[in-house]
Amino acid sequence: MTPTGRRRSKWIAQSGLFAGRLNVRTMVLASCLTLSAPALAQEGDPAKGEKVFQACKSCHQVGAEARNGVGPHLDGLFERKAGAIEGFKYSSAMKKLGEDGLVWNDFTLDQYLEKPRDYVPGTRMSFRGMKDKQDRTDVIAYLKALSQEAPAADPTASGTARPEIGGAAMHLEGDPEYGEYLSSECVTCHQISGRADGIPSIIGWPREPFIRALFEYKTNVRSHQVMQNMTVNLGNEEIAALAAYFGSLDPQ
Amino acid sequence: MPGISRRTFGMLMGAGATTLAMPYYARAQGKPRAVVIGGGAGGATAARYMAKDAGEDLDVTLIEANPKYTTCFFSNLYLGGYRDFDSITHGYDTLASNYGISVVNGMADSVDRDAKEVVMADGSKVPYDRLIVAPGIDLIYDSVPGYSEEAAEIMPHSWKAGPQTQLLKAKLDAIENGQQIVMVAPPNPYRCPPGPYERVSMMAHVLKEKGFTDAKIIIIDPKPKFSKQGLFTEGWEKHYPGMIEWYGPDVHGGIKSVNPATGEVETDFDTFKGELVNVIPAQKAGMIAARTGLANESGFCPIDPKSMRSSADENIFVIGDASIAGDMPKSGFSANSQAKVAAMAVRGDLTGSKVFPAKYSNTCWSLIETNDGVKVGAQYAPTDEKIASTSSFISQTGEDEALRQATYEESVGWYKGITADIFGA
Repeated sequence: MTPTGRRRSKWIAQSGLFAGRLNVRTMVLASCLTLSAPALAQEGDPAKGEKVFQACKSCHQVGAEARNGVGPHLDGLFERKAGAIEGFKYSSAMKKLGEDGLVWNDFTLDQYLEKPRDYVPGTRMSFRGMKDKQDRTDVIAYLKALSQEAPAADPTASGTARPEIGGAAMHLEGDPEYGEYLSSECVTCHQISGRADGIPSIIGWPREPFIRALFEYKTNVRSHQVMQNMTVNLGNEEIAALAAYFGSLDPQ
Repeated sequence: MPGISRRTFGMLMGAGATTLAMPYYARAQGKPRAVVIGGGAGGATAARYMAKDAGEDLDVTLIEANPKYTTCFFSNLYLGGYRDFDSITHGYDTLASNYGISVVNGMADSVDRDAKEVVMADGSKVPYDRLIVAPGIDLIYDSVPGYSEEAAEIMPHSWKAGPQTQLLKAKLDAIENGQQIVMVAPPNPYRCPPGPYERVSMMAHVLKEKGFTDAKIIIIDPKPKFSKQGLFTEGWEKHYPGMIEWYGPDVHGGIKSVNPATGEVETDFDTFKGELVNVIPAQKAGMIAARTGLANESGFCPIDPKSMRSSADENIFVIGDASIAGDMPKSGFSANSQAKVAAMAVRGDLTGSKVFPAKYSNTCWSLIETNDGVKVGAQYAPTDEKIASTSSFISQTGEDEALRQATYEESVGWYKGITADIFGA
């Protein structure tokens, strides 16, 4: 029983590609055909899409000077193969599908956004999915407009996070060994493999958003009972240590 | 050895300290040996963490009677039809192949504490330098007059997951509209405090799905109140109106006996008859704990809150349901948390690795009806007396459906996470 295999053949058929067998011209033709498919006849509204994108913004940047955060930046997304931004820690599942030929376009993005964990089993993206077809169409239209901008020169460098949001932990050098010890409390729920199956992946996050997230749970800016309870007793040194440890890990 | 006074224990510790003046790892011949009895949520986690973190420095053996382990947590979801049996059953292959743990498939019969050897039922011996005892619970069948191991084939307890769980499901699936189920709930302390009430919810769900809303479930409870009572009561009224009745001791006046031949439960107040009777008796630490002199008069095993080290033997640790873990409930999550503390302490003893201060945590999710999940949890820290709660939370009554659905989905993610953390992935 290999559901992954079945899904993979599904998206290969949908994206009109078969990895390694088709030449470039056929690939372009195929993606044009996909774009003109009747299912996508409805127009996306980028302005509405910008509102939908609010849900994505805590992890993804798009537009001029976009950087990687918890998720990869989305500049140049269309017609790029999946899992292809140098220096970003993708799940092995996403990288594998990219190598096997998954390319982002209107159709594949629509499918992925509807149910990310079904479309790419093993993805790190902690997003349950967007049920509303129009929302997906709108956000794809927004992304299409913005993703033509150029990303930051070094999109992996840490960026614009305001240190005060993470409290004093942001200024501390975390001890990864201490973080590894503390992490045993986290990995009961957050899988060490980096898979997100109903509980977000926390593997390979950049330091700043990681510290900010824990600090926001601790200060009840983010509301989640388990995480508020987990962080209430965490000191700055512990938060910095956890950020150092989880940031050092690669998803499997 | 029937218990050791605090003072004697202190003397033992003193003696231990003398022999340990030279670090163990420097004087031992060959690798130090850590042995774990019991491959459940506590034992398997402890074995995995010791092997993972000590690498080549430690020889880790896991003794488990069953070739596969069925988790008690989520077994109610199997009962409710949300999971299949295979999805809650796990093997030990990954622990052996990826972590180099010697998995011994056999029954540990006793422990020779002087010789530091586990004696197996077949007579073979497994020597240890440090032993982690994680046998889970044993059922005290005669805590309910008329109940016995044989009676459990007719009135299943299903409080140890496996064939008993399948038996209960078969009996539940045979219930017809208008028939009655009686549950005899357990007294404190017992494994999985919200478990009986989640189970009743899942039973009602199965009956409701079939349109059998004239079927009834009666809970005869020896306790005046129970875990997540407000949340369950609210959920039962919302989803299963008229189907579930809970009677505390002030109503039934005491459970007098059960009769497997007639399907009757006799109380001071009345006799209740069920086509299915689920008897969950009182519990104590798994037999080997008492046989080894680790348990006290409560039937469970006192430990040092800072390390899970047995109060009776400095070379032995007791984790999970068998231990007296202060404010922590007996749950798979607690056992997994305690295992990490014990594993760190054993590594510290045997390899000289750094021992950080103990931290513990627990969360128990329960499903009331499809996409209606609730949770309760806490963090804990050791004090001189016990493992004490430092902060806690619980789902609220009246929460919106989206939050309840998110809580359920989170519990599914947790199951994936914790089983990977216990058995490796």
